[in-house]
Amino acid sequence: MNMNMRGIGVSPGIANGYVVKKSEPLRIVEKKVVVDSEAETKKLNNTREKGIEQIEKTIFRLMQDNRAEEVQIFEAHKALVNDDVFFGEVEQKIKTENVNAEWALKKTTEQYLKSFESFEDEYLKEREVDIIDVTNRILNILIGIEESNLFDLSDHMVIVAKDLAPSDFAQIDLSKTIGFVIEKGSRTSHVSIMARSFGVPAVVGVGEIFTKAKNGDAVLLDGEEGSVILNPTKSEIDAYQMKQTRLREFNIQLKVLKNCRTLSKDGLKFKIAANIGAPKDIDDVLENGGEGIGLYRTEFLYWDRDSFPSEEEQFTVYKTVVEKMDGKPVVIRTLDIGGDKKLPYLDIPLEDNPFLGYRAIRICLGNKQIFNTQLRALMRASKYGNLKIMFPMVSSIEELRAAKAELKSVTDELKREKIEINEKVEVGMMVEVPAAAIIADLFAKEVDFFSIGTNDLIQYTTAVDRGNPKIAHLYNQFHPAVLRLIQRIIEVAHKEKIWVGICGEAAAEPKLAPIFAAMGVDELSVNPKSILKIRWMLNNSSCHEMEEVVAKILNMPTAEEIENYLQDKVKIM
Amino acid sequence: MVSLGLILDNKSGLHARPANLFTKEAAKYRSSIKVFKGGKEYNAKSIFSVLSMGATQGTELTIVADGEDEELAIKALKDLFEQNFGE
Repeated sequence: MNMNMRGIGVSPGIANGYVVKKSEPLRIVEKKVVVDSEAETKKLNNTREKGIEQIEKTIFRLMQDNRAEEVQIFEAHKALVNDDVFFGEVEQKIKTENVNAEWALKKTTEQYLKSFESFEDEYLKEREVDIIDVTNRILNILIGIEESNLFDLSDHMVIVAKDLAPSDFAQIDLSKTIGFVIEKGSRTSHVSIMARSFGVPAVVGVGEIFTKAKNGDAVLLDGEEGSVILNPTKSEIDAYQMKQTRLREFNIQLKVLKNCRTLSKDGLKFKIAANIGAPKDIDDVLENGGEGIGLYRTEFLYWDRDSFPSEEEQFTVYKTVVEKMDGKPVVIRTLDIGGDKKLPYLDIPLEDNPFLGYRAIRICLGNKQIFNTQLRALMRASKYGNLKIMFPMVSSIEELRAAKAELKSVTDELKREKIEINEKVEVGMMVEVPAAAIIADLFAKEVDFFSIGTNDLIQYTTAVDRGNPKIAHLYNQFHPAVLRLIQRIIEVAHKEKIWVGICGEAAAEPKLAPIFAAMGVDELSVNPKSILKIRWMLNNSSCHEMEEVVAKILNMPTAEEIENYLQDKVKIM
Repeated sequence: MVSLGLILDNKSGLHARPANLFTKEAAKYRSSIKVFKGGKEYNAKSIFSVLSMGATQGTELTIVADGEDEELAIKALKDLFEQNFGE
C-alpha cells in the first residue's frame, strides 16, 4: 500500500530501495498435531545442522572482511543453535504435547523471551534480538523459507528498525545499505551520527514505520526533508529521481569547492574545519578540503585498552596529526570522559547524574597525573605544527585558571628539561555549560579562543538528556534560548578580540550555518563529509543580508517558527 | 558440591559474547553446574539459560558445581570472571 510518512531528516541524500527490517519479531507459525514425534525430532535436529552451516558461512565471510566484532556475535548464535539443553526442552514439548517442531520451538523461545521483558538494562534487553534471530533462522529452515539475513540481500537495502544500537549497526553491511529509516531517535542518536559519518541518507523518528513496512517493500526516503514513502507510485519515483539527479550534479559542484576558500558573497572570510577522533580521519578531512581540525577528540586514544596511554604514545599520535595537517590549525581537546563515556581502567563510582558529575576537566583536575601526561605530550608535539589546546566542560573561572596553571607548570618543566616546545600555543575552552556561556565575557579575557559545543550546550540549557527517546523531541538546535546564547558568546568574544568556533552538530546544519556566519562566527567545525556542503552554503549567502534574518529569529518565541522561517529564507542548493 | 559467590564486573553485562565463553567453559566439565541469581536457578551449560539471566554489571551470582570435577570447574569459571571475559 502506498503510504507517506514523516520523520526527522538526519543525514542528507535520497535513497530508492527495498525495506530490510532489522530485528523482526518472532515469525508466526501454525500449531499442528504430530503423532510421529520421533520423525519430528529428527527433522528438528537436521534443521539445526543446516542452521549451523549457514552461520558458519556468514562467519567465514565476516572473517574475510576483518569484521572481528561481528564474528563474535555469530559465534554466539552458533552456540545458541548448539544449545542441547534448550533444544532438549523443545524435543520434550514435541513428545509430550504431540505438536510440530515449529510450534514447540516458538513456544519454548517465548518462555525464554519473557524474562527479557523484566530486564532494566536497555542493552541486555535488546540482546533478545540474538535469540529472536536464531529462532527465526531455524523456523525459516523448518518452514522452507530461504535464508534472508542482512548480508544476502540486494544492493539497495534500506534498513528499517525500531532503533539501532551500536552493535546492531556493526552487523550491517554498509556497502549494500543505501538508507536508514528508524522509528525512534533524534539528530544526535547513535544511528544518526553514524549515518552522517558514512554519508548514508537517514530519517529517524518515523512513528510506526516498523509495523507498517514489510520486508521487501519498495521505499523512497529523503534524508534532507525527512520524508519516507512506502511503495511509491511511478510519479513519486520520477520526482525523486529528478531530485536525485539534481543532488548528484550538486555534489559534483561541491567537489569543485575542495580547493576554494570559504568566502561569503559579500566578501567575508570563514574557516570550515573538521571534527575528528583519530589520525586516520585526516585523509577524509583533506580529501574534502578541510581548513583545519576544529576538534580532535582525544578520548578515542584512551578507549579499548587496559591502561592509560603513555606520554610517548600520545606524543607520537599528536605529532602525526599536526604534521599531517601541515601547518593548518589543529585544536586538540584534552580528555573528555565521564558522563556516558567510561574507561575500564579508571574507576569512577556509579553516579546518579553522570552528565552533571565527575567528567572531563573535572576528572583531569582531580587526577593531575593523567592531566600532566597529556599536557606534556601536547606541548612536546606543539613544535611540529599549528597545535592549539582546548579544555572541555569548563564551568567556572577557577577551573580554567587551575587548568592553565597546570599547563604553565608543564611548560616550565619541559623548558627545564631543555625540550623544544612552542611557547605561544593558543589555549582555548569549550563553551558548553550555560554558566560559561553567561559569563563568556569574563572567560574571553583569559583564553585565546572559544569553541561552542552545541550538543552539550543544548542539553544543559534546555535540561534535556539527548539520549532519552521520551524527551528527544524537546532537544532542539533551533531553540531560541540556545541561539541567543550563541549570538552573545560570539559578540563578547569579539569584544575581547578572540576567535570563536562552533563544533557541535548544529554547525553542520545547512539552515543554521549562514546564521552563525552572520552572527560573526570565525570557524565552523563539522564532520569531514559535511565540509563542502557547509562551504557551499556560506559561499552562496551574504552575511549582510542574513543579518536581518538573524535579528528576526532572535525575537521569535519558538524553535518551530525559527526552523520554518529559515526553511524559507535559507537557500539550500 | 562446591559453590562460589561473585559479583559480575563486566561492563556491558553477560551479553552474547561473554555468555558464549561462559557456557563453553562450563560444558567442558562433567559436573552439573548451576548459576543462582536472585533466588532463580539457571543452567550454566545452556547459553539460552545464561542469556535469560540478564546479569548486568554488579549483579551477585552464585555458581554451584556438583560432580567428579567440581573443584576444577569452579576454578576455571572463577578465572573467567576475574579476567572479565577478556573485555
